[in-house]
Amino acid sequence: MSGERVVYMDNNATTQAAPEVVAAMLPFFGEYYGNPSSMHNFGGQVGAKVDTARGQVAQLLGASPEEIVFTSCGTESDNTALNSALASQPGKRHIVTTRVEHPAVLNTCQGLAAQGYEITFLKVDRQGNLDLEAVAEAIREDTALVSVMWANNETGVIFPVPEIAEICAAKGVLFHTDAVQAVGKVPIDLDNTAISMLALSGHKLHAPKGVGVLYIKKGTPFVPFIKGGHQEHGRRAGTENVPYIIGMGKAAELARTRMDEENTKVKALRDRLETGLLEIEATMVNGDPDRRLPNTTSVSFEYVEGESILLHLSSQGICASSGSACTSGSLEPSHVLRAMGVPFTAAHGSIRFSLSVYNTEADVDHILANMPGIIERLRAMSPFWAKYQKTQCNTPGYVEP
Amino acid sequence: MWEYTDKVKKYFTEPVNVGEIPDADGVGEVGSLACGDALKLTFKLDEQGRIADAKFQTFGCASAIASSSALTEMVKGMTLEEAEKLTNKDIAEFLGGLPKEKMHCSVMGEEALQAAIRNYKGLEPLPSEEGEVVCQCFGVTDKEIEKVALNNDLHTVEEITNFTKAGGGCGECQDKIQAVLDRLWDTAPQQPVEVKPPAAKKKKLTNIQKMKLIEETLEREVRPALKADGGDIELIDIDGDKVLVSLRGRCSSCAASQATLGQFVQSKLREFVSEDLVVEEVKP
Repeated sequence: MSGERVVYMDNNATTQAAPEVVAAMLPFFGEYYGNPSSMHNFGGQVGAKVDTARGQVAQLLGASPEEIVFTSCGTESDNTALNSALASQPGKRHIVTTRVEHPAVLNTCQGLAAQGYEITFLKVDRQGNLDLEAVAEAIREDTALVSVMWANNETGVIFPVPEIAEICAAKGVLFHTDAVQAVGKVPIDLDNTAISMLALSGHKLHAPKGVGVLYIKKGTPFVPFIKGGHQEHGRRAGTENVPYIIGMGKAAELARTRMDEENTKVKALRDRLETGLLEIEATMVNGDPDRRLPNTTSVSFEYVEGESILLHLSSQGICASSGSACTSGSLEPSHVLRAMGVPFTAAHGSIRFSLSVYNTEADVDHILANMPGIIERLRAMSPFWAKYQKTQCNTPGYVEP
Repeated sequence: MWEYTDKVKKYFTEPVNVGEIPDADGVGEVGSLACGDALKLTFKLDEQGRIADAKFQTFGCASAIASSSALTEMVKGMTLEEAEKLTNKDIAEFLGGLPKEKMHCSVMGEEALQAAIRNYKGLEPLPSEEGEVVCQCFGVTDKEIEKVALNNDLHTVEEITNFTKAGGGCGECQDKIQAVLDRLWDTAPQQPVEVKPPAAKKKKLTNIQKMKLIEETLEREVRPALKADGGDIELIDIDGDKVLVSLRGRCSSCAASQATLGQFVQSKLREFVSEDLVVEEVKP
């Protein structure tokens, strides 16, 4: 691979730390090593920089700085939100969430279920959309929290989170959203929503891995998840990871200025890639094409298996991911695609491309130049492709390959 | 990312013997689209009864493709008696090893070869004494588990999952797998059996809600999987918690066909509708 070109389209997995972010962080590994909690100026000046970062994040989210808590990652933020909602309302033992959440919420909820809490997992339709009436119906007297992701990491499908938050507020129930994939791509103005808590992750946003944020709306009952010192106004103990928090702040500032680019340039690249891929026979897009992140496409190549596609792509320097069983680390394909009822023929051959502002037209060209050949090779050795062709050969427009 | 040996990578990127022998003497098909991997093996014998040619078609990951291609190389020149003795272990060794989570790919190779030999002999694809289905998600029987465990000296549920997929779906059969292992190795359980957290309790449904949900679940969760393998399902009636269905076609090559199919439908309905449902098959 060395020296060869790399086309990175796996930005929903992680992103490149922006050079501006890395530059902003570097002094805090060196001369500015003071503890932000110290009484002396040497530490205090670092504390001021942490607060600058807090302001940058607040501005991106349309929130107040005091509502921003820095954590170690998105998963910690999600765990904190779920556990805090239960710990701060001891009589309430029910959580509503969806079947398509990220494991940070899904597995945490399953763990809570094992401890005796009751969890309602809402289903989605074939397009990956939620039924808002079902959300309202699922809320009970003893519901402590509704937790619904803002945008799906696998398909990019966006849920109407501000509306769901209103439904919850009307019933007096706390609402949390895992917005890890949405922040920086979807306009967010938390002051004007009823969202109680929101999780975001630095490394999906061109900050480095190892820093996250939990937004906690003023007035939300809260019990810390990590207990100890008084850092983060007593809401998250542990000495602040200063360089990463500075990086998070810079990344938030960049994201605010790049939001338009995500929704114009990046979206146009994604659309051209998707249109090109759909020219390959027996392909389909997973997820509602009209309610999606601008950077994500999940395309299924029927009758071939995802890991095989990924390895061939990788040999061409192309980085993507798959919802197939062989790559999910389990023996069944992605829980998201299964919840949507994507047929097995397609779920095993699903490939997710997720772009960033660093992608170019040449990147799209490179993928479109390689993908048809890869699919053709794998289909040529698939026992199901021959069967499929026998049943399709009378279809008008079908061309003998 | 899996750590594949250079030989696995080579057989994946440049597979040999891809295709189908048109006038094959033996044809073996195992796996299915629903299961995530499948292999069709065909072979031709020479006048001395040795395997003169073998070809494969595989749907699956890199190790499935590599295992299939390696298998076709290995069996060439073998008599059927020799080929019958070939095990998944031989395939994995030929490839310089497979990641443990991928051993089931080598087992698929062994099973396809056995099925092709049985086909040549005019027998059913699977031995008649196929045993009792233990894993309903992947249709794996106790006999298969025992065979793989003996051939590969497997003692834990996790190992069985790596080699056969059994227990790797919903996970409900993991204690049954442990029981098969205990019986086989004549041991008491050495480690606590992993128990999955109980599923969240569902609200009691009205009859109409239940009927609607059953129909939806069949449409969304069951029919696509069956259709992928050329089968279909029809809802005949719902009588209390009894769901009467008619199944057509079959999961042609899954280790356990009709019996498993009923169990598959039942497990999906229990997952999505109600724990109390019982599926009964009505013969058309």
